[in-house]
Amino acid sequence: MSALSTPVKGQFRRARARQAGVTGVLALLIVVLAVCGLAFGKASVSPAEVLAAVLGRGDAMTEFVILELRMPRMVTALLAGACLGLSGAVLQSLLRNPLASPDIIGVTNSAGAAGVVGLIAFGLSGLRLTGAVLVGTLAATTAVYLLSRRRAGHQLVIVGIGVSALCVSVVSYMLTRTDVRDAQEALVWINGSLGRAGWDTSLTLAVCAAVLVPVALAYGRRLSVLELGDDPAAALGERVGRTRTLLLGLAAALAASAVAVVGPVPFVALVSAPIARRVTGSLALLPSALIGAVILLASDLVAQFAIPGVPLPAGVVTGVVGAPYLLWLLLRPAFRL
Amino acid sequence: MPILPQTRFGPLALGLLALAAALVAAAALSLAVGANALPPHTVWEALTQYDPANPHHLVVVEKRLPRTLVGVTAGLGLAVAGVVMQGLTRNPLADPGLLSVNSGASLSVVVAISVFGVQGGGRVWFAFAGAALVTVLVYGIASVAGRGGASPVTLVLAGAAVSAALTSIVTAILLTDRAAFDQMRFWQVGGLAARDFAVLWQTLPGIAAGFVIAFGISRGLNGLAMGEEVARGLGQRVGLVRALAALTVVLLCGSATAAAGPISFAGLIVAHVAARLAGPDHRWTIPYAALAGPTLLLACDVLGRVVVRPGELQVGVVVAAVGAPLLVVLVRLRERGRR
Repeated sequence: MSALSTPVKGQFRRARARQAGVTGVLALLIVVLAVCGLAFGKASVSPAEVLAAVLGRGDAMTEFVILELRMPRMVTALLAGACLGLSGAVLQSLLRNPLASPDIIGVTNSAGAAGVVGLIAFGLSGLRLTGAVLVGTLAATTAVYLLSRRRAGHQLVIVGIGVSALCVSVVSYMLTRTDVRDAQEALVWINGSLGRAGWDTSLTLAVCAAVLVPVALAYGRRLSVLELGDDPAAALGERVGRTRTLLLGLAAALAASAVAVVGPVPFVALVSAPIARRVTGSLALLPSALIGAVILLASDLVAQFAIPGVPLPAGVVTGVVGAPYLLWLLLRPAFRL
Repeated sequence: MPILPQTRFGPLALGLLALAAALVAAAALSLAVGANALPPHTVWEALTQYDPANPHHLVVVEKRLPRTLVGVTAGLGLAVAGVVMQGLTRNPLADPGLLSVNSGASLSVVVAISVFGVQGGGRVWFAFAGAALVTVLVYGIASVAGRGGASPVTLVLAGAAVSAALTSIVTAILLTDRAAFDQMRFWQVGGLAARDFAVLWQTLPGIAAGFVIAFGISRGLNGLAMGEEVARGLGQRVGLVRALAALTVVLLCGSATAAAGPISFAGLIVAHVAARLAGPDHRWTIPYAALAGPTLLLACDVLGRVVVRPGELQVGVVVAAVGAPLLVVLVRLRERGRR
């Protein structure tokens, strides 16, 4: 850093302070949303009672509702949202395309196809469904990777779109081949729902996230070097090919573990990073992950109560919650991507 | 256009002829192949000396002919819209669906089914109106956001945002209305079965107008490909070209979606095929796409009639199943060519 002139240093420091401030605000928002998620439901509970139940001092009924029903749901939303947001941020930076998201390299749609086939053709549920989707998603993503010869951005993306289109058509075909009631249930799954989240699935997700998120955050620092372009990055001593492969793998694994549990929630991965970039002013991985968590937590809350009597899947709401915000960002002056 | 390399007229024109031949072959197959296999001379007789009393003639003229013609118009619309869309956004990932055309049409159709109980032919108008309204909305948002007119990035993001919101609303309606979902799941997969001449006459004007405008702005699209500043420097009216390009996408893609349902992959894949065959000049890629798109759609439709006899696979499913490997091969071939 000593080589940098003073104004640049100042700018750098301001950017870091801004990022820290944003991170703090987002963390606070997550806590508020999490408490709301625990407190609201068919039987609403006051925040004080939530605290008592979490500390093990509430009555048995409240404790059951909060710890066994709402807590795993909240944890799943938090972790899945963070994984998706992080995955999208890494991919968009890596592939230098604002449209890039786990959909683009085939993660989300192959998860959708694996899930619908598992649900409709094999009648799977719970942990088995999660496992099947994880395997299917990773297999499809590996196929995309192996099929794209140079593993560079452009080619990978186009092969990914091809595989995605194939998976989408498998889904719509499966939907026309079955009883309308089963098809409607599959529709809930395709849109990403937290309704089936239990401790078993959320623990699976927690283990995956505990391994992947720190590695992704640590390696993610190299993204800003890669963003300079291949040759400058190599000149700075970066092993471009290896780093890129590793980051791609991380992004795919993050998205795969999230969608295996909650289903292919749309939009979270796509929208988190542009929002984070707007509020922090630079590429920001941790804020992207937090924004992903905020979007999914808020969407799940809205989804549960938007239409009385019909619990919507959270994925239905992510679009409605995320889209106006992205549009508002676009309409603000001086929007930079 | 002085900046583009001198186009090789001969080989490109030959390629165009070959594609036209392929289209004729695909159309002939589409007329001849089906649950009721007919010998070629019967098909020919049905077309030249139509006898309404002959059941074979009836099948060809009343069922397969409109189906084939709707396939041709829809394929042309999707493919040319794909080329224009990729030129407009300078993004190889751009799909006609990107301007929210498909989701706008879906929402409109689901409202038609769920709220107004519209059946059959009336849906075409709803699909087209939905596609057009939403595209205008997206383009308007992107123009305001991009200030000097809709820039590629704002267009892409605004399209993705609106599309996500609309898809959410569609799903919410489908989850609360089982009867509508039961009809919608068959519309959404995209198919050419049971299309009659009425559908053709409803959608043909939009497709024809869209194609003419697309061909008219092909020089302008070439300019956009070189970057906005260069295009301005060459004296082109960038804003006008962009607005006309968006209008083309509405006309072409709205009509095609109205005719055949949301077939999402055809535009993308044909745009890539056309660019590979004809190079970067839109004056050639647009005619190439206009022939390759219908060929692909008809070939896929015929394949869908053959593979799961006596049932049928909807053309949208087959397009993805055929197109995905094709796209992979294409990308890999191009890579080999570079080495």
